[in-house]
Amino acid sequence: MSLLSALARMEAAACGRARPVATVRHRHLATNPLVLVPLTTAGENGAPLGVMLGTDRSAPEVFTVPQPRDRDLRFAFLGRLAEAMLPHLESCQDEVELVERKETDPETGKRVTVEAELCADAPQVLVPTGPGVDFVRLLGRSMRFRRTAEEDPGAEHPAPPRVPLLGRWLTHYGERARVPGSSLLLSMTGLLSRHWATGQSQLEDQHLGALLAWLAPPDGLGGAEAALRAELGRDARGQLLVPPAGPATDPAFDNELLAPAIARYDKGVPGAAQEVHELVASQLRPTWEAMWQGVDLLRALPEAAHVPDRWRRDRQSYTHHRDRLRAAEPPQPRRDDAVTAARKLAMREQRQAELDAQEALDDPLVMAVRRLAGEAFLAEVLEVEMAYSDGKRPSPRPLVTVHTQDVPLLSDGDKLHRQLPTGAQQRAELVEMAGPGEYVLRLVGGMGRGKEPAPGTVPEKGDLMCWTLFEHAPRGGPGLPEPEETPWTHGGPPGEPSAERPDPVTAEDVL
Amino acid sequence: MTAIVEPSGAVAPAERAADPGRAAAAATEAILADTLDGAHRGVVVDSPPGAGKSTLVVRAARELAAAGHPLMVIAQTNAQVDDLVDRLATADPQLPVGRLHSSEPRPYDPMLDRHPSVRTSAKPADLAGQDIVVSTAAKWAWVSAEEPWRHAIVDEAYQMRSDALLAVAGLFERALFVGDPGQLDPFSQVGVEQWTGQPHDPSTSAVSTLLAHNPALPQHRLPVSWRLPASAAELVSDAFYPYTPFRSGTGPGDRRLSFAAPADGSPVDAVLDEAADAGWGLLELPAARTPRTDPEAVGAVARLVHRMLEREGGTRSERDGGADGPGSALSADRIAVGTAHRDQAAAVRAALAELGGVNGAAAEVTVDTANRLQGREFDVTVVLHPLSGRPDATRFHLETGRLCVLASRHRHACVVVCRAGVAELLDEHPATEPVQLGPVSPAPDGWEAHQAVLARLARHRVRLE
Repeated sequence: MSLLSALARMEAAACGRARPVATVRHRHLATNPLVLVPLTTAGENGAPLGVMLGTDRSAPEVFTVPQPRDRDLRFAFLGRLAEAMLPHLESCQDEVELVERKETDPETGKRVTVEAELCADAPQVLVPTGPGVDFVRLLGRSMRFRRTAEEDPGAEHPAPPRVPLLGRWLTHYGERARVPGSSLLLSMTGLLSRHWATGQSQLEDQHLGALLAWLAPPDGLGGAEAALRAELGRDARGQLLVPPAGPATDPAFDNELLAPAIARYDKGVPGAAQEVHELVASQLRPTWEAMWQGVDLLRALPEAAHVPDRWRRDRQSYTHHRDRLRAAEPPQPRRDDAVTAARKLAMREQRQAELDAQEALDDPLVMAVRRLAGEAFLAEVLEVEMAYSDGKRPSPRPLVTVHTQDVPLLSDGDKLHRQLPTGAQQRAELVEMAGPGEYVLRLVGGMGRGKEPAPGTVPEKGDLMCWTLFEHAPRGGPGLPEPEETPWTHGGPPGEPSAERPDPVTAEDVL
Repeated sequence: MTAIVEPSGAVAPAERAADPGRAAAAATEAILADTLDGAHRGVVVDSPPGAGKSTLVVRAARELAAAGHPLMVIAQTNAQVDDLVDRLATADPQLPVGRLHSSEPRPYDPMLDRHPSVRTSAKPADLAGQDIVVSTAAKWAWVSAEEPWRHAIVDEAYQMRSDALLAVAGLFERALFVGDPGQLDPFSQVGVEQWTGQPHDPSTSAVSTLLAHNPALPQHRLPVSWRLPASAAELVSDAFYPYTPFRSGTGPGDRRLSFAAPADGSPVDAVLDEAADAGWGLLELPAARTPRTDPEAVGAVARLVHRMLEREGGTRSERDGGADGPGSALSADRIAVGTAHRDQAAAVRAALAELGGVNGAAAEVTVDTANRLQGREFDVTVVLHPLSGRPDATRFHLETGRLCVLASRHRHACVVVCRAGVAELLDEHPATEPVQLGPVSPAPDGWEAHQAVLARLARHRVRLE
C-alpha cells in the first residue's frame, strides 16, 4: 500500500467517508454496460443458482435454477443465459473501422502493412466482485467443451444450442480480465476501490455493500457504522439486510429459506419453482441496485486521457476473438502451451508497466504516489545550456539544471522521462547531482531530427515539469519461438494442434 | 507449499572426505566430465553462496573452447557478464572472447577494454569466430542464429525466468546450467496463478522448467563454500539449503576479524566485538512499529559502519598468510550494508554521508538491496533485517532468498540490526498463501528459515536501549 493510500484510508476512517485516490476515471465505462450478478450453490462451485442481468437498470432479466444439482435444469438455465447474453456479446461484431497493421508476410518473411478490421466498440460486462470474475471464467470453462446435438448427434446429454459458444465468449472475457488495464470484464469492487479509499481494510473492501456504505453512507450514519450494518445487519427472520454480492450466498439464507424451498420443489409441491425463483431474486436485487449505484458514482468522474488508448486494445482483443469464431477455430485449450503462456505473461507485464505509467501521467494524485516513492519528481528549471553530441551529424543534447523538493531515488546515468506538451515523450539522463535537490540532466531525445531542437521541446528557465524514472511506453520484449519450435528445455513442440475432446460426463453430472 | 527436491545421486563420494579442497575438486571433475562428454543435453549444477561458481564457469568455458567447441555464455545482468568476461580474459589472455552488448550508451564496463583478446560489439556478426561469446539473456533473446551453438553455459540459472530461457534455448544444442537455488527467485509484477504448478509456468525459474521437462538430466552440486566462514556455513546450510547441505572451506579460527581501537563501551562497539569473535552479531532495538526507513535502525546501521572504520578493523584469512599472518585492513570497499527496500538503502546512504561526510570513507561502503547484492562478496556485512519494525510479515519480506542473500555475503562477520519482536511477528503471521498443486521449489519455507536465523542470532544479541 502506498503512503498516500494509507493516508487516504486514515482520513476516511477519521471522517467516516471514503476519500478519493484518483481524480479521474482510469477504466473505460461503456454507455450500456451489461451488468451480470451471478449466484452459485453453496458447496457446488459449478452449479449456478441464478443470475440477474441486463443493460437497463429498470428491467433486469432474472433466471434461476429450482434444483441446481439437476443437470438438465442447469443446462436449460445456461441455454437461457446464452440467449440473453449472446445478443449483447455479439452486438459490436459488425460495425468496424479499417486500420493499418504491420504483419509478417508468411511467404517473404518481410514486415508488410495490411488493412484489418477493428470493431468500433466492444460490449462491456460488469460483475460485482473479484470472485464474480472468477465465476465468469468458471462458467466459460464448464461450457466451452460441451457438444450440442448438432455437433455430436450421438451425445447422451447434448448441451443446448449456443451454450458452448457462450462458454467461449466467457472464457475470452475471463482471460482478458487478467490483462492489467483491460476493461472488457470488470468487478465493481475493483473499480470502486481503484478510485476511492475507505476506512476499512482491503479485505473488507471486497464486500460491495460495505464498500458502498463508505462511499455513500445512508443519512446520519458514518462510514464505519454503515459498513458494519451492511456486513452484519439482520432482519427479524435472521436474514442479512444486505445480502452478499455473490457468487456465494449467505449460509443463513441457504439453510433457512433456500434449502426448504428446494426440498419442496424436489417433492413436487406446486409453485415451489416460483418460490425458489423469488427467493433467489430477493438476494440478487440489492446487489443489482448496488451495481448501478456504483456505475453512477464512476460516471461522475471524468475519463482519464489514456483510457481510450487502452480501450482500443480491448476492442482489438474483441475483434480477434470474433475472427477466431468466424474462422471456426476450436475452443480455447484447457491449458496454455509453453510459448502461449510466455507470450501472455510478457504482454501482461508490458501492459502493467504501461498502465502504471499512464495512470500517473493522467492523474496528479497518482503521480504524487510515484513522487513520494522516489520514482518521479516535480522540478523547476534553473538553467539551460545548449550542447551538441559528437559525431558527423551533431544532434542537440542540451544540459538542463533543475531543482526539486521531492526526493527521487537517483544515481548517475539514470534515465529520466517526461511528457512534452504535445504528448510526445522526452528522454534525458542524469549527468550530475549538483547539490541538494539540484540535478543536471542531458536531454537526449524528443527534439526532432534537425540540428536545432524543434520548438517547445527544450524547457526554459522557470518552467515546472514532472520527470519520471519509469518509461511511459515500455517496449515489448523480444520475440519468442513459434509453438511448433518449442525448444527441448520446455518439452519440445506440443504436437499437432487438435481440437480438445469434450469433457467426459461423470456420475456427478447426472443425479 | 514446497516439495522436497532430492538431489539425483550425482554427489561425488569424495565429498565425504575430510579435505574440503579435494571434495570440491572431485565435484568439479564430475561436472566437467558430464559437460564435455556426457550423453545428456543439459547438466545442472547447484552452487551454494561462494562455492566457486564463477571459477567453475570460467574453467568449463575454457575447457570447452580448448576442446574445439565454440560456445555461448548466458548471464542475467550486464554486471555479471562483464565480471565473467574479465575473469575469462584474466585466466587466459590469449582466449578470443566476445562481449555482445546492447546499443545503449555505456553498454559495458570500460575495464574490459584493457584485455586485447576481448572484442566487444552490439552485432552478433562482428563476434563470429570468437571462441566464447558472452551476453545477457535479454540481449541473446534478440539474436537469431542460422546454426545453433553446440554448447552453452547458463549462469545464475535459478535467477533466470523460464520464459527468458524459452527465448534463447533455440540458440544452443546442449547447455550447462549453473546457479544458486537459495537466492531470490525470479518474480513477476502481474498475476501468474493460472500457470502455477504447470511444468512450463513462465514465471518460475529456468531450472524448474528444465527439470520438469527433462527429469533425467544429471544434477550436481558444489559441496564447499569458500566464502562463508565456518561460523556461517552451518547456519546458512541448515536454514536455506536443508536438502543440499554444504560446508565451509575453512575451519573455526582460520579467519580473524579484530579492531585496533578498543571498544568504547557502547552497544554498537559491543556487538562489533561479538561479531568479530563469533561471526554473527545482533543489535536489537526496542520493539516498535516503524516506517520502512526507521530512523533509529538506519542510524544504528550507519554508526556500526562508522565505528568499524573508526576502530580500524583488520582481517586475517587464508588469502593473506592465514590466521596469524599480517592480514589486511578492513577498508570501506570490503564492507556492505544490505536492506530489503531501495528507500532503506537510500536512507542508510544519507545517514552515512551525514556521519562521515560526503567524501568520507563511509561513503565508499556498498549500500544496496538484496536483489543487487546477489553474487557479491564482502568481508563484513551489516544487514537491516527485512522484518524489523514491520506490523506484518508479507510474502515479500518472508522470501527465503532475500534473507539468504543478506546472510551469505560475508567472509568474516555479519551484523544484523533489528527491532525486537520479530519472532512474535512471525508467529502471528503463518503463511496464508493458497496451496497450489504441483509447484516444486528447491527453497525451504521462508517462515522456518527466518526462525532458524533468529534463533541463532539470539545467541549474539546486544541490546540498544
